[in-house]
Amino acid sequence: MGNFSQLVYLVPLFPLIGFLINGIFWKRMPKNLGGIIGCVAILASFCVSLGIFFEVKNATAPIPPVVLFDFIQSGKLNIPFAFQVDALSSLFLLIITGVGFLIHVYSTSYMHHDEGMVKYFAYLNLFVFSMLLLVLGANYLIMFIGWEGVGLCSYLLIGFWFKNRDYTNAAKKAFVMNRIGDLGFLVGMLLILLNFGTLSFNEFFTQLHGGQAIVSNSTYNWIALCLFIGATGKSAQIPLYTWLPDAMAGPTPVSALIHAATMVTAGIYMIARSGALYSLAPVILHVVAVIGLATAIIAATIAIKQYDIKKVLAYSTVSQLGFMFLALGVGSYTTAVFHVMTHAFFKALLFLGSGSVIHAMGGEQDIRKMGGLGKHMRITQATFLIGCLAISGIPGFAGFFSKDAILADTFAHSPILYYLGIGAAMMTAFYMFRLYFLTFRGSFRGTEEQHHHLHESPAAMTIPLVILAILSVIGGYVGLPEVMSEHNAIASFLSPAVTNFGDHHLAPNTEWTLMAISSASAVIMIFVAYSINRKPNFVPNTGLAKVLENKWYVDEIYDAIVVRPIEALSNLLDKYAERRGIDGLVNGVGKTVRWGGDRLRLLQSGQVGFYIFIMVMGIVVLFGLSFFWIK
Amino acid sequence: MQVNSTHYLFLSLLLFSIGIMGALMRRNAIIIFMCIELMLNAVNLLLVAFSKIYGDSDAQLFVFFIMVVAAAEVAVGLAIIVMMYRKVHSVDINILNRLKH
Repeated sequence: MGNFSQLVYLVPLFPLIGFLINGIFWKRMPKNLGGIIGCVAILASFCVSLGIFFEVKNATAPIPPVVLFDFIQSGKLNIPFAFQVDALSSLFLLIITGVGFLIHVYSTSYMHHDEGMVKYFAYLNLFVFSMLLLVLGANYLIMFIGWEGVGLCSYLLIGFWFKNRDYTNAAKKAFVMNRIGDLGFLVGMLLILLNFGTLSFNEFFTQLHGGQAIVSNSTYNWIALCLFIGATGKSAQIPLYTWLPDAMAGPTPVSALIHAATMVTAGIYMIARSGALYSLAPVILHVVAVIGLATAIIAATIAIKQYDIKKVLAYSTVSQLGFMFLALGVGSYTTAVFHVMTHAFFKALLFLGSGSVIHAMGGEQDIRKMGGLGKHMRITQATFLIGCLAISGIPGFAGFFSKDAILADTFAHSPILYYLGIGAAMMTAFYMFRLYFLTFRGSFRGTEEQHHHLHESPAAMTIPLVILAILSVIGGYVGLPEVMSEHNAIASFLSPAVTNFGDHHLAPNTEWTLMAISSASAVIMIFVAYSINRKPNFVPNTGLAKVLENKWYVDEIYDAIVVRPIEALSNLLDKYAERRGIDGLVNGVGKTVRWGGDRLRLLQSGQVGFYIFIMVMGIVVLFGLSFFWIK
Repeated sequence: MQVNSTHYLFLSLLLFSIGIMGALMRRNAIIIFMCIELMLNAVNLLLVAFSKIYGDSDAQLFVFFIMVVAAAEVAVGLAIIVMMYRKVHSVDINILNRLKH
């Protein structure tokens, strides 16, 4: 093998070049050329990533971080601009560039009618660049740069159709929610710097393993908690998850990119990367598990009653992310990463499939107006079905292996969490197949015009769908559970970089039983979804269903608890502190000077005689003063 | 009555005050001009008086300077007044009171 790890800087460099070319020349660039540049840039990084992946796989000793240059050097503090090449980052590189490339190819067709297509590809490349920086950084600071870059790009892409006020509001919401989390990350970072004097992963973790007496337990807890708050923002967990469903305002491939391959996995990557820290803070791990599970359940309940095809998928993303955090929380970091990977495949597939549907429906996203689309778009239907089967955890598909691994580890950790998790998984199967049946089966419920317009999408859209569908089937076999295979490929691949907390070993019988339970419950829920949605009639929801349709009124609650009081406070400050206080002070100074000037101006009467008189009086006064003073 | 140095001082003070009052109160440019001359000469007188009191002739040197300067000033000042008269046919300074905005 060549020395690919030394070429690691090429991986983020290609998208950056693509971004610069497309970003600078977006007005004059022909659309096709812009699309090709965008795709080629990602393809090139994918190729380098493949090389790096195999080098890491065959490496006997850990590869040292690749230092590009000194970034911050101040006294004892030295933060190099370095890239970490190990199992975890190389796997993420493959996911990001691989799935990212498919999404880019898909976008060339999906965005072809949009006049800002070249600009769109510039943003997309910048997004991938930021995400690559995030996973490659060898210290928290480089990670943070990518972290912020991802936030910025999500803002740009969610608000891509900026002429719509709702869309720009959604973009702003995503940005602000992310900033809240970012603050947690920043504080956590500073705490690490304060207590350990380094931000480098290797040095930090070595210190953690070496001298446990350096800092107290509560310090570990605080650092872990702050980093976790950062993760809840980026990865859309309670309480900061509400931006993600609104992020559907962006073009559909962007949703696929944000939700499947990149941004939302950043939090999981960060916690998996900091596994050594979290293993020292079991209390926070417990918090992570509970938050993850709660998010999984709440998002799943909301998804049941949504009518927007993308909203359902968005809540399912939130829910699946909850599962990943549950896995992190019970200490099996490798399982969480495994689920990130399979989720990237099937969620990208589902989003791109929904994009294909929206494309065929001419922009309609309401599943109440769809139905029977399967007859018109066979490939989309077949691939979407595979995606649904995968996310529901039907045996043989990718989602089954990763979700089952999470549930098994959860069972070993705490059976109560397991039962709740099964509940969330059952809801997943239900709402996904509700979506499937309402969209592709039954009879068409839209207008005549839309009916004529229905067509299968062009090859540039269907080929990525097919590839992702294949990956959604076979992607799970790299992580076979213990009872099926001696060799769990992904766990052993990740083991040099990530050490799980606690050991989860179940008796083979228990594990078989758990698998049977989860598969059976998924199949049952699919039948329930089928029987309910065979003859859909949409009556206005009442009671609990209405609460679910309105997303538990979380947005309204946040609005009432946080947004309005802040607004009221701002108005108050604007009215009194700003207008009367600060403005009054500034204007007051001006007014005083002006008033004084007005008065003093009268002295300048233009009568020379008066001047002389003043002069003489002045002399007399000075004379008198000196006369009395000096004595 | 014996005239001593104190009298000179009071005389020059008196002359100076007359000069100031004239310069302040009168409106005729020529009279104002004369009042300024009066003030200059009051100062000259004072200098000479002090020179006598302290027995130091340096002050008398200044007097000559002042007289030379005053002569030059008179030449310029009178020229200005003549020009002013030609322009406005008056030597009343209030007519020139146009320095206001």
